[in-house]
Amino acid sequence: MKRLLAVLALAGFVFAGTASAQDKTAPTADKPAAAAPAAAEAKPAPAVEAKKEEAKAEAKPAPTPNKGDTAWMLTSTALVLMMSVPALALFYGGMVRSKNTLSMLMQVFVVFSLVTVLWCIYGYSLAFTEGNAYFGGFDRLFLKGTFDPAKGEFSMAATFSKGTPLYELVFVAFQATFAAITCCLVLGAIAERAKFSAVLVFIVIWFTLAYAPIAHMVWFWLGPDAYTSAKVVDEMNAKAGLLWQWGALDFAGGTVVHINSGVAGLVGAYLIGKRVGYGKEALMPHNLTLTMIGAALLWTGWFGFNAGSALEANGIAGLAFINTYLATACAVLSWTFGEAVFKGKPSMLGAASGAVAGLVAITPAAGNVGIAGAFVIGLAAGLVCLWGVNGLKRVLRADDSLDVFGVHAVGGILGALLTGVFNDPSLGGPGFPNNWFEMKPGFESIGAQVLTQAKAVGVTVLWSGIVAAIAYKLVDLTIGLRVSEDEEREGLDVASHGEAAYRL
Amino acid sequence: MKLVTAIIKPFKLDEVREALSAIGVQGITVTEVKGFGRQKGHTELYRGAEYVVDFLPKLKIEVAIKSELLEAAIEAIEKAANTGKIGDGKIFVYELEKVIRIRTGEVDAAAL
Repeated sequence: MKRLLAVLALAGFVFAGTASAQDKTAPTADKPAAAAPAAAEAKPAPAVEAKKEEAKAEAKPAPTPNKGDTAWMLTSTALVLMMSVPALALFYGGMVRSKNTLSMLMQVFVVFSLVTVLWCIYGYSLAFTEGNAYFGGFDRLFLKGTFDPAKGEFSMAATFSKGTPLYELVFVAFQATFAAITCCLVLGAIAERAKFSAVLVFIVIWFTLAYAPIAHMVWFWLGPDAYTSAKVVDEMNAKAGLLWQWGALDFAGGTVVHINSGVAGLVGAYLIGKRVGYGKEALMPHNLTLTMIGAALLWTGWFGFNAGSALEANGIAGLAFINTYLATACAVLSWTFGEAVFKGKPSMLGAASGAVAGLVAITPAAGNVGIAGAFVIGLAAGLVCLWGVNGLKRVLRADDSLDVFGVHAVGGILGALLTGVFNDPSLGGPGFPNNWFEMKPGFESIGAQVLTQAKAVGVTVLWSGIVAAIAYKLVDLTIGLRVSEDEEREGLDVASHGEAAYRL
Repeated sequence: MKLVTAIIKPFKLDEVREALSAIGVQGITVTEVKGFGRQKGHTELYRGAEYVVDFLPKLKIEVAIKSELLEAAIEAIEKAANTGKIGDGKIFVYELEKVIRIRTGEVDAAAL
């Protein structure tokens, strides 16, 4: 009964939120697609010139989203969902011991759902509306203002082309899947011993204080249409996220998704402690067939992740697509080759891990580098991440169960840095605009861009690491991070979920 | 009568069975077992994590034979299961007091 009341209360809260949202939608809905989510409700611009420019713009009919773009982004969103449930769940599920299979699947399934709900309540607003350089605001709580049913009008989000908006709700959904899969990635590092409730509470804290701000810092800007004159460029830049202002390039989430989750995973592996039997017993994957299926579905879904991050169905999406395809194939080959040389036998787990390493490393680079970049980044990712899960892992002395740090953080850092190299137009990269009004080439030098990329990596590592450490400690002190040793030996399937993956 | 028990490497089973059949042994019992001898366990590395393999998988075969077949049976197992490398296994020989075939009630030599 208590629970029922709680559900009713929550439903009422949601209803109130959306109702008040609709009231506020009306005055903003007839503004021209100001591109960035927050721009629609932005305070009056201080610069008088900017106002004049806006007034001119208002005279023109508001651009409408392209139907092809919309279709592609909806497809991409579904593809990223497929990357998490089922792909990541199967990839991880196959790598744990059979007694922990369902716990892994459950954690991914439930965390994905949890973060999606949080995203629609406050996460999207915190990440993708105007605030300061670190956090967004609360303009879009419960996604208010995104749809006005009375007028049948939808708010617009920015893409990377002027006069080419995207329905904001499509952007919300697309980004929701990113937030959710990032939180799921962390789970692999603390697999086979974490308490289910602890995982959920940790994710709520970490998602709020690490994922949302880093997504804001890296990806939030007002969009190309906000740059209406040369005079507003600095003003508009100043409203973007910190790392975006620095000029850090991250096409689909090298920092936001992979370094972020990899670091949180490693911190978790240290704080939760090693699995019982680690260093003595063989803690082997129980079903590499599942892992291979998971890796293959990840590869497929990653086209939505990377090519979808172009936000339009255009040439850059095509570039991101082929880069994602090619770099992954390169990484499978280089990891397999490396394993054959250093270990004697190339393994299926190695090939699957190589695919993920390549996908991770090409993520920040996908639409930011040319084909040469994809070759090098892919080949490097296979070998560097192979070291990440062997040599580096032995140095770190943490029981990162499913090598989240060794693959995602190491691959993400590699990709982020090499993006700074291969964005160079002289190396076949597309470069990037120096400001979004003049649209002149902005790539200065490899050294300068790599330094910018390194600074972005540093901020992400520190931010994610510190937030994760505090969050794990809080959870440990309140509900405890780990299950008891007996439960761990019994296996989390039975101990935490009361069921078994296999009944033979 | 003797009971010969041998611990062998799993992949040698077929060769051992053929060698024993060739000298007239009528039946074998095989069990999958784990254990260690001189080969002991060893440390392996899996993705940067060490682990100790304490018990290695082996097969245990049991053969009940007439005493006069003993030398030939030992020789057959020794030859067939030998790889020359550590971990080939051992052969144990026991006195066998009595054998009874359950279906017919035949005893000893007739039951073998």
